[in-house]
Amino acid sequence: MLWYTGKRLLQMIPVFFGATFLIYFMVFSLPGDPIAALYGDRPVSPGVIAQIRAEYNLDKPLIEQYLLYIGGFFQGDLGTTFSGRAVSDVMASAFPITARLAMLALFFEAVAGILVGLVAGLRKGKLFDASALVVSLLLISVPTFVIGFVLQYVFGVQLGLFRTTVSGSAPLDELIMPALVLASVSFAYIVRLTRASVSDNLGADFVRTATAKGLSRPRVVTVHVLRNSLVPVVTFLGVDIGSLMVGAIVTEGIFNINGVGGTVYDAIQLGEGPTVVSFIAVMVVIFVVANLFVDLLYAALDPRIRYAK
Amino acid sequence: MKIRRMGTTAIALAAVGALALSGCSSEPESTGDGSAIVTTNGSEPQNPLIPTNTTEAGGGKIVTSVFAGLVSYSATGEEELEVAESIESDDATTWTVTLNDGWTFTNDEPVTSESFIDAWNYGALYDNAQGSSYFFDNIVGYSDVQNTMDDPSGAVDEDGAPLQVGDPLAETMSGLTVVDDTTFTVELAAAEADWPLRLGYTAYSPLPQVAFDDMDAFGENPIGNGPYELAAEGAWEHDVQIALVTNPDYAGVRVPKNGGLDIVFYGTQEGAYAAVQGGDLDVLDALPSSAFASYQSDFPDTFVNQPAAVFQAFNMPYYLEHWSGEEGELRRAAISMSINREEITDVIFQGTRTPATDFTSPVIDGYSDSLEGSDVLEYNPDEAVAKWAEADAISPYEDTFDIAYNSDGGHSAWVDAVVNSIKNTLDIEAVGKPYPTFAAALDDRSAATLTGATRAGWQADYPSMYNFLAPLYQTGAGSNYEGYSSEEFDTLLDEGASASSVEDATAKYVEAQEVLLKDLPTIPLWYANVTGVWADTVQNVEFGWDSVPLYSDITKE
Repeated sequence: MLWYTGKRLLQMIPVFFGATFLIYFMVFSLPGDPIAALYGDRPVSPGVIAQIRAEYNLDKPLIEQYLLYIGGFFQGDLGTTFSGRAVSDVMASAFPITARLAMLALFFEAVAGILVGLVAGLRKGKLFDASALVVSLLLISVPTFVIGFVLQYVFGVQLGLFRTTVSGSAPLDELIMPALVLASVSFAYIVRLTRASVSDNLGADFVRTATAKGLSRPRVVTVHVLRNSLVPVVTFLGVDIGSLMVGAIVTEGIFNINGVGGTVYDAIQLGEGPTVVSFIAVMVVIFVVANLFVDLLYAALDPRIRYAK
Repeated sequence: MKIRRMGTTAIALAAVGALALSGCSSEPESTGDGSAIVTTNGSEPQNPLIPTNTTEAGGGKIVTSVFAGLVSYSATGEEELEVAESIESDDATTWTVTLNDGWTFTNDEPVTSESFIDAWNYGALYDNAQGSSYFFDNIVGYSDVQNTMDDPSGAVDEDGAPLQVGDPLAETMSGLTVVDDTTFTVELAAAEADWPLRLGYTAYSPLPQVAFDDMDAFGENPIGNGPYELAAEGAWEHDVQIALVTNPDYAGVRVPKNGGLDIVFYGTQEGAYAAVQGGDLDVLDALPSSAFASYQSDFPDTFVNQPAAVFQAFNMPYYLEHWSGEEGELRRAAISMSINREEITDVIFQGTRTPATDFTSPVIDGYSDSLEGSDVLEYNPDEAVAKWAEADAISPYEDTFDIAYNSDGGHSAWVDAVVNSIKNTLDIEAVGKPYPTFAAALDDRSAATLTGATRAGWQADYPSMYNFLAPLYQTGAGSNYEGYSSEEFDTLLDEGASASSVEDATAKYVEAQEVLLKDLPTIPLWYANVTGVWADTVQNVEFGWDSVPLYSDITKE
C-alpha cells in the first residue's frame, strides 16, 4: 500500500509540468496584448505599456517566460498580478475561503444525501422514496444560479435570515446558504446513488445471511448494507471534492465570495499568466490527491479490495 | 481670466436645492449620525493607490476620497477651489497657482508647492511608467522627461522598427517653477483656456514627501489630504474592501457629513444589487442589466437615472473601401440615420441610456441638443435610403456591414439591435462581429485590419468638452484610432483651447462639433446614464457628473 501511494505521488511530477506548461501556453495564446487592454481607450504613452510588458516578461518568447516562471516557482516566487500583488498572497487569501465553503458543502451533501438515500432505499416505492426522487430530479434539472438567486432573494432579501452577500472574512455562518446552493446538485446525485446501491444490497446474499444469523435490523442496515453501498458514493464524493475545491464561479459570483473560482476567472480575463498557472497547479495537485485518497478509501470500505505492488 | 472663490455660492445653491426637494415631506430632514459609516460598492483597484497611476473607476473613487487637489468638482461638474486659493493666467499659457495656508496631509506634513510639483514630476517621468503620465503632456518640459531612444542592443519590434527605451533628458519638467511654499507657476506648451478644469482629476493630486521613499508601499497605505483617510494601516483588504474614516483636519469644500466609507468590492453587480435589497449595502452606483426593469419598483424613492459623462458610439475606419471621401460621408450619414436610437434605448436599455445629440454629454458645460446638422443623428429611414442610393451611384456596395465588439462586456444585445435597425432600413447585410475579449479587438484595431465598424465608448476624465473632442478626433491624437484628420476641426479646436475665456472656447468647440457632424468619424449612439439605488438608511445621496455619488454629503442614521 505504501508502494502504491508512493507510485501515485511520483506520477504527479509529470502531470504537474505538463499541466502548467499547457496552461501557460494557452494563456500566452490568448489574443491581444493584456497590458494595452488594461488601459482600454486611454491614450496611455507607449513607453508606459512597454515598461510594464517588460516587467511581467510579456516581451519574451513563450519558453523563456515559462522557464522564468518555473524558476521562480521553485524559489517560492509565484510572480505578481498586474496590480502588483504577490500571487502567493492572492492564493493565501482565496484558497482558505474556498476550502471552507467546499468542506461545508461536502458535509451537507454527504450527510443529508446519504441519510435521505438510505431511508429511500429501505422504503423503496413508499411515499418518502417517491418524494425524494422528485426533489432530487428537480435539483438536478434546475440550474445552480436559479437556486442561488431564489435562495438569496427569499432568505436574504425577503426574510432577512442570512446576509445576501458574504463579507470579506467569509465566516462559517455566512457560508451556510452558499454551501447549501453549492451542495444542491451533488446532494441529488448522492441521494440517487445511495438509494440504488442500498436497494441492490438489500437483496444480496450476505445481507440475507446476516439477517438469518439473527443480527438486529439496525446492525444489518448500518454495517452490512450501508457500508457496502458506500463505494460508488465515495467515488462520487472524491471527484466532487476536487470540483468543489477548484471553486464555483457561479455560486461565488452570486454571493460575492472571494474564492478560487472568481479569482481564476478574472485572471483569465486579464491574461495574467502567473496567476492562472499557479492556481491551476494547486488545483491539479488537489485533484490528484483527492483521487488517491478515494482509491485508498475503497480498501477500507470493501475488504475485497487490496492494493498490492 | 481669473477663477475666484465660487465654491461657497455653489454649496449654498445646492443646499437650497436639497431643501426644496425635501420640502414636500412632512418629516423634518434628518441630519444623520455624524459618526455612521456609509457602505458603498466598488471594485478592487487595478494598481496601488498612487494618484498618477490610477486610471480606472475602482481606484479612482478611493483616490478622489483620500486626496484633495487644487480643485474638486461639484455635482454639475463645476470646479470648486480646494487647496488652491487662486489659479490665474493672463494668456492661458503661464498659470500662477496660489495655495491656501494650513492644509496638511494626515501625517501632519504641510501641503506646499513642492507637494504638487514633485508629484507631477514623478507622474510624468518616463522611468516611473505611470498610466496617467499623458495628463502632463501640455506642460513645458514633458517631452524631455518622456524622451526615448533606439534600443542600444539593436532590438526591433514586429515591424522591424527599432524598439524604444527611455532616455529622459531631465528628471523634472522645466515648466513647473516653485515661487514659494504656497505659490508656483506652470508654463503650458500651448494655450489652454480651461486648463484649471483639468485639475480636479486624480492625476493632479499632491503627494507627501514620504511617498517618494517607497512608492509601492505608499500605494498600499496612501497618506492624503482629502476628506477621508484610511481607517488604519492595512485598511485596504485586497479583493474585499477598503475602510475609510473622516479626516478631521480636512479643510476643503467636501467636509463629510458621515463618519466614514466602507467601499466593498463586488465581483458582480447582481450580488451588489441583492446586498442593497437585503440591507447589507447602503449605496450602489451601478445597476446590473437584470435590474433595469425592476429597480424603480424595488426602490421607488431612492434611485437615480440621469445622463452621465459617458459617450457611446461606433467608429468607422477610413482605410476601408467605400468609407472614405464623398462616398464615405454619404454612407456614414445613411448609417447614422438608419438607427432608431429612441427605440433601442427604450427596449434594450429600459431608458438607462439617452440618445445622443452631439459628441460630448449633457452634463458638460456647453452641451447643446440642437447643433447645426444634428438631424443626422435622428432616425430618418427615407433620407437614409436616399443617401445610401446616392453613395451606391458612386460605387455600388456589396459587402456585409459589421460592428466589432467584445463579447465579454454585455454588448451583444445592443449591437444586434443596431445592426438589425441598419439592415431593415437600408436592406443590406449587417452583422455584429464578436471578439472574445477587449484585448483581442484592440489587436485588429492597432494593426488596421478591421473589416468594419468598432464599438467605442469614452468617459470623460474631467468635465470639459475639450476632453471629449481632442483625444479622439484631433489629427494624430492618442485615442484617434481610425485616423480621422480634418484641418477645419483641428483649427477650431486650437482656437477654442487658446480662447481668452471659457465662453469663447465653448463657442469654438460647438463649431468644431458641427464639423464632426458633417464628417461623422464616429457614429454617436447614446450617453450612458448613471443608474444607482440606495437603502432608506441613508439620505442626501446625489450623484456627480462623473457617475460617482458625492460621498461626503451622504448622511446615515
